[in-house]
Amino acid sequence: MNKLIVSSSPHLHNKESVSKTMWVVAASLVPAGVAGVFIFGLSSLWVIIVAVISALATEALIQVLTKRKVSLIDGSAFITGILLAYNLPPDVPLWLPVVGSCFAIAIGKQVFGGLGHNIFNPALVGRVFLMASWPKYMTTFIQPLNAGVGFVQSMNYDAVTCATPLALLKEGKFAEQISYINLFLGNRPGCIGEVCIVALLVGAIFLFIKGYISWHIPITYILTTGVFTWIFGGKGLFAGDWIFHILSGGLVLGAFFMATDYVTSPLTRKGQIIFGIGCGLLTAVIRLWGGYPEGASYAILMMNAATPIIDRYTLNRIYGTK
Amino acid sequence: MKKLINEFLKGIVRENPTFVLALGLCPTLAVSVTLTNGVGMGIAATFVLLGSNVIIALIKGSIPERIMIPCYIVVIATFVTITEMVMKAYSPALDRALGIYVPLIVVNCIVLGRAEAYASKNSVSNSFFDGLGMGVGFTLALILISAIREFLGAGTLFGHALIKGFEPALVLGMPPGALLVIGLLLGFFNMLKNRKA
Repeated sequence: MNKLIVSSSPHLHNKESVSKTMWVVAASLVPAGVAGVFIFGLSSLWVIIVAVISALATEALIQVLTKRKVSLIDGSAFITGILLAYNLPPDVPLWLPVVGSCFAIAIGKQVFGGLGHNIFNPALVGRVFLMASWPKYMTTFIQPLNAGVGFVQSMNYDAVTCATPLALLKEGKFAEQISYINLFLGNRPGCIGEVCIVALLVGAIFLFIKGYISWHIPITYILTTGVFTWIFGGKGLFAGDWIFHILSGGLVLGAFFMATDYVTSPLTRKGQIIFGIGCGLLTAVIRLWGGYPEGASYAILMMNAATPIIDRYTLNRIYGTK
Repeated sequence: MKKLINEFLKGIVRENPTFVLALGLCPTLAVSVTLTNGVGMGIAATFVLLGSNVIIALIKGSIPERIMIPCYIVVIATFVTITEMVMKAYSPALDRALGIYVPLIVVNCIVLGRAEAYASKNSVSNSFFDGLGMGVGFTLALILISAIREFLGAGTLFGHALIKGFEPALVLGMPPGALLVIGLLLGFFNMLKNRKA
């Protein structure tokens, strides 16, 4: 009878959904995690598992208590757990990821009303809380086990603690012995998920090809940090070791997987470029002149706070209006 | 008598200065690091509130409208000075811990707020119980906040370690911790209120 379908716009749909996006992003994070476990041994696998389970449990518990629909299936708590674990040193006591995940989900996300309402990236909220609360554990890093014989070695002795390349730089002891190729492959002390740049890039390229993230935030972020550290990072102007700065710390992990969080980054392309540049500047400033060796997490959180303002001033002109 | 008790009780729950009126948050944020500080600050503020409420209720008829606030400030400052001197004499350690926040009770908005909103319009006995209730409400709020912050942020209560092997979350002893705890408690009390309504 009625061959015309009457419905309100939008009329074009694609098959994407929040949960599919989230699970694809989670899949793209797998290589970095595998690399992290391979580099630092099985203790980091436990950190990841504990963080994910406690993130899921906290989410479910709060949604049951507040009588909302339990939405574990959308994968967002899963990603928060993974990202938080990737931001922890490999050898932390296991209660640390539990507390961090609970805080990230409860305070970072559910207090604001759940997925889509949080103003800050929950995983970073968790990390910064842990960093401010238990700095002793959060800044104790272990030496990477030698690739290949890693699992055998990890049974012989627990761990050798040492400083990250950026922490050495902060103390004025530049780690000459770490070559760019080792930084690129992740053969250096650091957090579980941030060390292996090549694995992070594999995941990031996958997301690019699938169209889940655009270049606007991550590329401007990394470029800004690179340019800024190149200009001001060395003895004179334009003498900084920008490759070192891009490859060390949590910059690549943050730029591709945390700054691009849909909920907490600007909506328009223009806004995303401003967001990326802001993150880059803040990261470089904290690294070069701030009190902490690494500033990616603080930079992203600060720009998260600026996102509503950026969105307000970068509205796209609607066709046909002035 | 029933009305007086009501005046007293309203400051504790229904119109709690910290959690409902959201007054006097500056000293609350700053001194709630330890339970000792919280109790000390609460008692000092209660004394000032009580004194200023009574005096202002007494002289409310004789001050001209145009210089009301300066007069209130003089009365409040007198009581703050008394408090400060007593504290310096009998509890110098607490005075050092509270620091600038004792003289700053002068500009605590609970004190001026009650003087302006209540004592200047009500009888002496009503004002007395209003001041007492508000003071006790403020003290209880401070005790709650500082107990949470001291226990979770330093693992102690009144300076005594409680649980062996407990690793305190240092952030709760720092300014962000104060904002976090007060924010969550405000949310919690609002939730209770909404549930009742």
